[in-house]
Amino acid sequence: MINRIFAWLTDGAHWQGSEGILRRLVEHLGYSLTAVIIAALIAIPLGLYIGHTGRGRVFVVNLAGAARAIPSLGLLFIAVLWLGPKFSGDIAFLAPAGLVLVVLAIPPILSGAYAGVEGVEPDARDAARGMGMRGPEVLRHVELPCALPLIMSGIRSATLQVIATATIAAVVGLGGLGRFLIDGLAVRDTPQTASGALLVALLALAVDMVLALVQRFVVSRGLTGRYRTVQTFDSDAGVTPPAPALQHSA
Amino acid sequence: MKRTRIALAVTAAAALFGVAACGSGSSDPLAAGGSAGKVSSGSIVVGSANFPESALLAEIYAGALSAKGVKVDKKLNIGSRETYIPALKDGSIDLIPEYTGVLDQYFNKNAKTTTSDDVYAELKAAVPATLTVLNKSAAEDKDAVVVTKGTAAKFSLKSIADLGPQAKNLTLGGPPEWKTRPTGVPGLKRVYNLDFKTFRPLDVGGPLSVQALKNGQVDAVNLFTTDPSIADNGFVILDDPKSLFAAQNVVPLITKSKVTPTISAALDAISAKLDTATLGQLVKEVVVDKKDPAVVAKEFLAKNNLG
Amino acid sequence: MTWLQDHLGDVLGLTVRHIYLAGVPLILGLLIALPLGWLARRFRGLYPILIVGTSLLYTIPSLALFIMLPFLLGTQILDPTNVIVAMTIYTVALLVRTVADGLGAVPEAVNQSATAMGYKRGRRFMSVELPLAVPVISAGLRVAAVSNVSIVSVAALIGVAQLGSLFTDGFNRAFMEPIIVGVISCVLLALLFDGVIIGVTRLATPWQRAGKASS
Repeated sequence: MINRIFAWLTDGAHWQGSEGILRRLVEHLGYSLTAVIIAALIAIPLGLYIGHTGRGRVFVVNLAGAARAIPSLGLLFIAVLWLGPKFSGDIAFLAPAGLVLVVLAIPPILSGAYAGVEGVEPDARDAARGMGMRGPEVLRHVELPCALPLIMSGIRSATLQVIATATIAAVVGLGGLGRFLIDGLAVRDTPQTASGALLVALLALAVDMVLALVQRFVVSRGLTGRYRTVQTFDSDAGVTPPAPALQHSA
Repeated sequence: MKRTRIALAVTAAAALFGVAACGSGSSDPLAAGGSAGKVSSGSIVVGSANFPESALLAEIYAGALSAKGVKVDKKLNIGSRETYIPALKDGSIDLIPEYTGVLDQYFNKNAKTTTSDDVYAELKAAVPATLTVLNKSAAEDKDAVVVTKGTAAKFSLKSIADLGPQAKNLTLGGPPEWKTRPTGVPGLKRVYNLDFKTFRPLDVGGPLSVQALKNGQVDAVNLFTTDPSIADNGFVILDDPKSLFAAQNVVPLITKSKVTPTISAALDAISAKLDTATLGQLVKEVVVDKKDPAVVAKEFLAKNNLG
Repeated sequence: MTWLQDHLGDVLGLTVRHIYLAGVPLILGLLIALPLGWLARRFRGLYPILIVGTSLLYTIPSLALFIMLPFLLGTQILDPTNVIVAMTIYTVALLVRTVADGLGAVPEAVNQSATAMGYKRGRRFMSVELPLAVPVISAGLRVAAVSNVSIVSVAALIGVAQLGSLFTDGFNRAFMEPIIVGVISCVLLALLFDGVIIGVTRLATPWQRAGKASS
């Protein structure tokens, strides 16, 4: 089996063309990144606002948990049946799947943004106010930077979820790496399915690593304490939120 | 003290799952299907492919067999032929409704026949040793290449051959398996010399395919001849003069060792009573009227004194 | 919702199967993750290897795992065991890190007091470390439970009957009602699992409630 998968992956013909691996990779990345960016544009401001003002927090806390429970396959089918007939052109396939991807990406990012702002040390907020900063300034200069680790964690979690769901979206006619899974399933071409799976896994890992790098650069060193040579507490239990950063729903 | 509490908690959780496991194990093949070959003789597992007509036919078979006292388990919506034939071979299912032409082409790479009786004879010879087909039905459901009325008028299309000069500008849609199946894209090339601009994998003659044709994402699509949406939308079925899609009579495919006189009698009786018009009507009730396949099956059987 | 009324029996049957397919892996996964998490804590070098290894497993798309397992395990194609094994793998992948972090969150002072009181390693693990790690592990278990309920529905694409079958059947006939019923049932089921785990955790951590009562 491993041989057949290897053979499939190394076959040059499978990489080129409008249905080749490269094209599907680009499509998959395109769907995923677009959805995460749109979701972030909605969820981060909303989460910051809720965390800063404390309004609507009950809603957010419950939303993230409940949203994780929504089966993405069911949501995809509902979206396609409802929205598909309304469009002509390729939008008929992209819009429903895109909507579902954005809807699934919002809760982790919202949750991260909200938790991040909530978790800011009260002393830091106090100091900011003491320095004369008003509400929005406190948000921008203190709360947002302090919330970044959890926001990034939410974004990474959302990205993994979106990449996984975009794979399933091939069932409703979308492109992307999921095509290898679904087309392989249809004709029981297991090397194709397995190769598709491997590619999705590698893509997810690669994107997560890139985001980890981004996190390294974006999060202030004052928070991570990376300039310190002595750790005074067990950092594993401290910074990591209790719910694992990884999420799967497809 | 604390240990009893933990023990209590674990027992409570275990009890919940125990109930679920027992409940599922006794009431359906969750346990029975998994253990290879332990189902008692005289009981049979009916499967179906992943489209409504197949599920409907499976329900009809299941209903008729139950009425004759055979214990029936159903595993519907398994997937494409490439997925459920291996399931048939490894004993996960025993019986499935099939179509003579495509099944013949699946087992026999050099299938040549096109008429109903010839195809049936060729199929009987091609079926692997452990399987067999019972009597075929007059009811036929064939693959078809379908276009909108507008497209047919625009390019003066009456048969698949007429697509010839236009194909390179047109998009073809169909189930994912059509990309490699002998009756799909390769077949259209081989028999009619058609090279489409792109092939778009959609679903198995379902809402995605109908929608894609209606809204113009594809110019031609694979639908089944019994599909009610063809008539509903004024679609045009292109003729198949070279018989790429040979005769497709409904036929039960069954594991040889599972055949008993009761079972074959019941299934042959269904095949005798089913014809294309009836099948089309039944499919319409399931797909358009959204009636339950099991209910539609029961009504059909009752009407024909088969269940 | 007349469709639901007419098909209540079917939906309940599918729900029971779904509970089985999502729940059994939770228990199995936890039982496997506990020793693995403990190993990750005990042997510092193993922690990164185990975490990275399990993260890798987690990125494999569920559909692919369902399809490939019959080949790897030699099971029949429609055997629900394939789904159970795949879900157990995902649960373990999710929980190993949680268990390791949970055990790591136990204050070192507590461990040392236990040792000072004469607890051998095994008894210390069972009586001190594990109970104290329960809150963190249970948080991870809740995430795993909810995630499992959602992933199992994808198995409908390979013909394994559970709530996801409502999605495929509904979609094939362009029939919204079964799909909506299926989605709501999945969400309710996930909430049920969540509630049960919270309840069990409360039973298992009486000191958290006692602490609140006395303060």
